[in-house]
Amino acid sequence: MTFAKRHLLGIEPLHPTEITTLLDRADHYAEMGRGVAKHGHALDGLTQINMFFENSTRTQASFELAGKRLGADVMTMSMQTSSVKKGETLIDTALSLNAMHPDLLIVRHPHSGAVNLLAEKVNCAVLNAGDGRHEHPTQALLDALTIRRAKGRLHRLNIAICGDIAHSRVARSNILLLGKMENRVKLVGPPTLIPAGASDWGVEVYDDMREGLSGADVVMMLRLQRERMDGGFIPSEREYYHRFGLDLEKLSHAKPDAIVMHPGPMNRGVEIDGTIADDINRSVIQEQVEMGVAVRMAAMDLLAANLRAEREALAGGVMA
Amino acid sequence: MAHDEQGDVSGTTAKTILVTDARLIDPEAGTDTRGWLLLRDGRIAGRGEDSPPRLDEPHRHVDARGKCLAPGIVDIGVKTCEPGERHKESIRTAGAAAAAGGVTTMVTRPDTTPPIDTPEALSYVRRRGEQVSPVHTLPMAALTKGREGREMTEIGFLLDAGAAAFTDCDHVVTDTRVLTRAMTYARSLGALIIAHPQEPTLSAGAAVTSGKFASLKGLPAVSSMAERIGLERDLALVEMTRAHYHADQISTATALPALARAKAAGLDVSAGASIHHLTLNEFDVSDYRTFFKVKPPLRAEDDRLAMVEALADGVIDVISSMHTPQDEESKRLPFEVAASGAVALETLLPAAMRLYHSGQLTLPQLFRAMALNPARRLGMETGRLTPGAPADLVLFDPDAPFVLDRSTLRSKSKNTPFDGMRMEGKVLMTLVAGAPVFEMTT
Repeated sequence: MTFAKRHLLGIEPLHPTEITTLLDRADHYAEMGRGVAKHGHALDGLTQINMFFENSTRTQASFELAGKRLGADVMTMSMQTSSVKKGETLIDTALSLNAMHPDLLIVRHPHSGAVNLLAEKVNCAVLNAGDGRHEHPTQALLDALTIRRAKGRLHRLNIAICGDIAHSRVARSNILLLGKMENRVKLVGPPTLIPAGASDWGVEVYDDMREGLSGADVVMMLRLQRERMDGGFIPSEREYYHRFGLDLEKLSHAKPDAIVMHPGPMNRGVEIDGTIADDINRSVIQEQVEMGVAVRMAAMDLLAANLRAEREALAGGVMA
Repeated sequence: MAHDEQGDVSGTTAKTILVTDARLIDPEAGTDTRGWLLLRDGRIAGRGEDSPPRLDEPHRHVDARGKCLAPGIVDIGVKTCEPGERHKESIRTAGAAAAAGGVTTMVTRPDTTPPIDTPEALSYVRRRGEQVSPVHTLPMAALTKGREGREMTEIGFLLDAGAAAFTDCDHVVTDTRVLTRAMTYARSLGALIIAHPQEPTLSAGAAVTSGKFASLKGLPAVSSMAERIGLERDLALVEMTRAHYHADQISTATALPALARAKAAGLDVSAGASIHHLTLNEFDVSDYRTFFKVKPPLRAEDDRLAMVEALADGVIDVISSMHTPQDEESKRLPFEVAASGAVALETLLPAAMRLYHSGQLTLPQLFRAMALNPARRLGMETGRLTPGAPADLVLFDPDAPFVLDRSTLRSKSKNTPFDGMRMEGKVLMTLVAGAPVFEMTT
């Protein structure tokens, strides 16, 4: 078992064996979550602070629940309404919180790289809960766990990621993770929503859903932000749904046993047909939410273990 | 470097200085030869490759011991932050940094607070320069009032007050009609317009150049095509108005053919490149390091190499520092909201030496771009090693190695991308009008 990281800032620095270690641990917590006694003790005595500089309901709830199930003291701060509005800089906020000796900081921020910047200034473990358009590592990990449980493996799968790739941190983390685990990754979307240079990432790029979905084991849909629908990136909501919304006809080009995923929240009738989202034989969207808690428990467990080992080594050094 | 005094005058007040055993870097002749140089009354009085003359008058003798003597750097586009942002830099501190960096003329930018858009404001900068800066301070004026791109400034009065050129800096004049009229009017007075070629609707909000790196980092990006679109528009207007035009920074390969075409067509067009775009590329941003955020953003390695080649070919004429001080608070922010710019007066010469040591450019080529060409473009006599030229000079060791520690910089702001990097090239002495304004203490 190896997971030699101090923070979880992204998928990019992770080694495939670290990803496997984390998913194995998460599998264990997923089983625990389905039992009667859901509590573990991996975070006993530790303090977890959730700092959300951007609105979130499900990710915030998922981290909060994960921390509580492992025995941490959890505090959630909605930074949009706090001192940040009074002009305090990100670094000053981080330093103030650091003075309260948290052990785990869960951070979401609207700017790419902001979580990395913050991690340099504090002496606890930092988990990235989404930074700008950069990374959202726990989402990619929960998607990976969902795929592994549904398909029995996480390699040599044909995976289509569809929709607004350009503005999606979920897509970036998933592309990195699925690539590291040696899958065939295909990006499908209108060219205005495909990032520049995407074809250099070791993925295939399609602007036609039927071609992109052909032979797919996994169809991963992304949310289209309302503010992108006004003619700036796509002509209209209805044209988008016609060309890129997942309906039964388009899905028929994927493998018959293909699973359908969505990171939520969904726009039914924009990027996905409601009947597909609710089809328990195809959609694993509810399972994704469940795996989210398990993956976050596993990530915090592994980081806390490293943190404890580091502190013990430090204390030992002082004694010697 | 050693020097001994002869006669009864002190070293710093000697009207005559004889530099012997120097590598004379002459950008005009394109030569790099051993010889001596005699300075008298602020000008170059003699030069030779034979044995130095015996002087009867009191003078200071500087033995260069084989180090390089070149025309002082004329740096187009220095931001001194004065008036308005003196917590970041001042004319005094920028002048001290310039002297230590071998820059003998700072051609200052008008993007201050308020902007330099009146003859009175311009005179203020000139006067402050004369009072507190050890090197020449040559101010540029805004092309439009408030740098707002709506009404042209008093170009005639500003020229009378000593404006070196007219520029709105990174505020592109988006209204093509306004720019056309300003160019036409400036042309009649022989004024030089310096523009920032960029299509602003594409580059607004961008922090990096679009491509694989930018997309992976999730940063707002601009295509390098935005520079070419801006340049092509400007060059079309130059063809129409016959204005004297200089592009402050060219940084992308895709913009070069248009530039070469305009020059071949005989238009009065020149272009600069910043030292950062010649020595760094987009990957240096790495893990969101904001000291590498400059404007325009750092480009791909292919673009960097194309800029170096364009300098060697003469398509690009000028190397600038684009010295832009920013305090810690403006830089210690997430990358996309952090301020752009880097200080560079003191690192311009050692960074340029990278291009010399890599064999890409010779020393005469480098000083053509850093001294002769900018001086000529602004109608100055400096930039040459010819007898009769002003004795604005830099004596430097191109090989002296060091590791840059940003806390040692003389600028008030320390935002250099070269912090902690190994560099080669140290300034030993800087002379302005024949008098030393900086000497390295050993």
